[in-house]
Amino acid sequence: MSEIKTVGVVGSGTMGTGIAIVVARAGLKTIVLDARQDALDRAREQAAAFLAKSVARGKLAAGQDEAIMAQWQGTTQVQDLKECDLVIEAVFEDLGVKHDLLSKLDKVCPPHTIFASNTSTISITEIAGGSGRADRVVGMHFCLPAQLMKLVEMSPGLATSEEAFAQAWAFCEALGQKPVKTRDTPGFILNYFLIPWHNDVINLVDQGVAEPADIDLAVKTALGYPLGPLELLDMVGMDTQKLLSDAMHGLTHEPRAACPPLVKRMIGAGKLGRKSGSGFHAYGDNKIFGA
Amino acid sequence: MSYQIIQRGESLSFPDAHDFLKAASGQGEGAVLIGGDAGQAWREGVERAAGRPFIAIELDTECLGLHIGDDDGPANVVGFARFRLGDDAPTALVELVKKPFTDAAAVQAARAAFEAAGLKVAVCNDFPGRILNRLVRPYYNAALRRLDEGLATAADLDKTLCLGLGYPEGPIALLKRTGLHHHYRVSQALYQALGQEPYAPARRAQVAWARHQKGTP
Repeated sequence: MSEIKTVGVVGSGTMGTGIAIVVARAGLKTIVLDARQDALDRAREQAAAFLAKSVARGKLAAGQDEAIMAQWQGTTQVQDLKECDLVIEAVFEDLGVKHDLLSKLDKVCPPHTIFASNTSTISITEIAGGSGRADRVVGMHFCLPAQLMKLVEMSPGLATSEEAFAQAWAFCEALGQKPVKTRDTPGFILNYFLIPWHNDVINLVDQGVAEPADIDLAVKTALGYPLGPLELLDMVGMDTQKLLSDAMHGLTHEPRAACPPLVKRMIGAGKLGRKSGSGFHAYGDNKIFGA
Repeated sequence: MSYQIIQRGESLSFPDAHDFLKAASGQGEGAVLIGGDAGQAWREGVERAAGRPFIAIELDTECLGLHIGDDDGPANVVGFARFRLGDDAPTALVELVKKPFTDAAAVQAARAAFEAAGLKVAVCNDFPGRILNRLVRPYYNAALRRLDEGLATAADLDKTLCLGLGYPEGPIALLKRTGLHHHYRVSQALYQALGQEPYAPARRAQVAWARHQKGTP
């Protein structure tokens, strides 16, 4: 089993940036790939700000943030991932987009490189099918915000070798994360339950069962959840909930996974959640997670 | 707001001593009917004082409309239930049920009475399952079904939901601890009321109920 020293992270959105922070924080050389330079610049700024805040809060020693960022390299060229031992993709949730990326990576990365997908809904086996190395593709689903959450859902595809999965598992633990093994089924564990649960809550509002504030209060008080479901949905965003629902429902055809009509109306009204200043609740700021 | 307690049968909301019961007085202005037969007592005319600021009837899985009617009824009557899961003690949450014709002042008076005893009140309209049972029963059934289908081990399933969402306890451990047969009873009642498949009790809950009925531990 070869040691993982250099890691590629593809996609510098919210998830990709969080994952790259986790990897760099573990002392590994981290190469972040994105097609857009401005997205790379923004990701680097956000990561540096997050780590500086960690220093300010005493979670990192003084200067450690700069040492971590020294491990971080951004690039717009797939070729620059040629020395990676493992690549985590966090690109748009579209099978064609992922196949296109992995087939390019397959041409530049050495044979031992493991491809990990952060997909939350697409089958690992299907993703692996377009990778050129199906035996070395694993599911590695981080939770939002990745830089703060320890859970990683790990799934082998039908063709994933035991050796590759074990190596990816050990890598995940070395990052300081807590992996959980799931079967390669739509949504794995977390989203399989969370997406329909959120849709149920949204439908409760739409049907006039109770007001959002009362629903959040009820769930937090009775179940001890740290956030009310509508507060969490406002963080996720209505646009994301629609994407997740459409993806899950397209795969499972389960009625509870279908995007509720209210979500579409809220998107139409610009009430996306925290990011737009209002969703089920009203907000005075739109800071990103962990900032 | 003073109130008196009228008890008919065993109460799921207040099975033991509680500040809310202690604060009641025999001459209270409001009235709180508690116990499994509270709704029946109302229907039989035990408490019909129209002048009371509020009358609260304890509910189990039934709707308030069963007792006071759906389209027209007394404006000063609300329903309520403290949420509890099976053998667990009742939580601090009171779901306060109102109808379209319920007077806002009656809702406010009942809310004040519960909150004065340290309880938290969520107001909802009169739907089967109110807020909590309406939400958690499909989720629990899905968790039980996916456990049967081998999505993950029970421990990993619980661990994922706790780590990923900050839940204090995973659904499988929670249902086992509080009594899976209780979940069957509530979920079956909602399935009958709503006719929706997600409320149909999962196989494991059906087994637990059957074993409970036979006295099998």
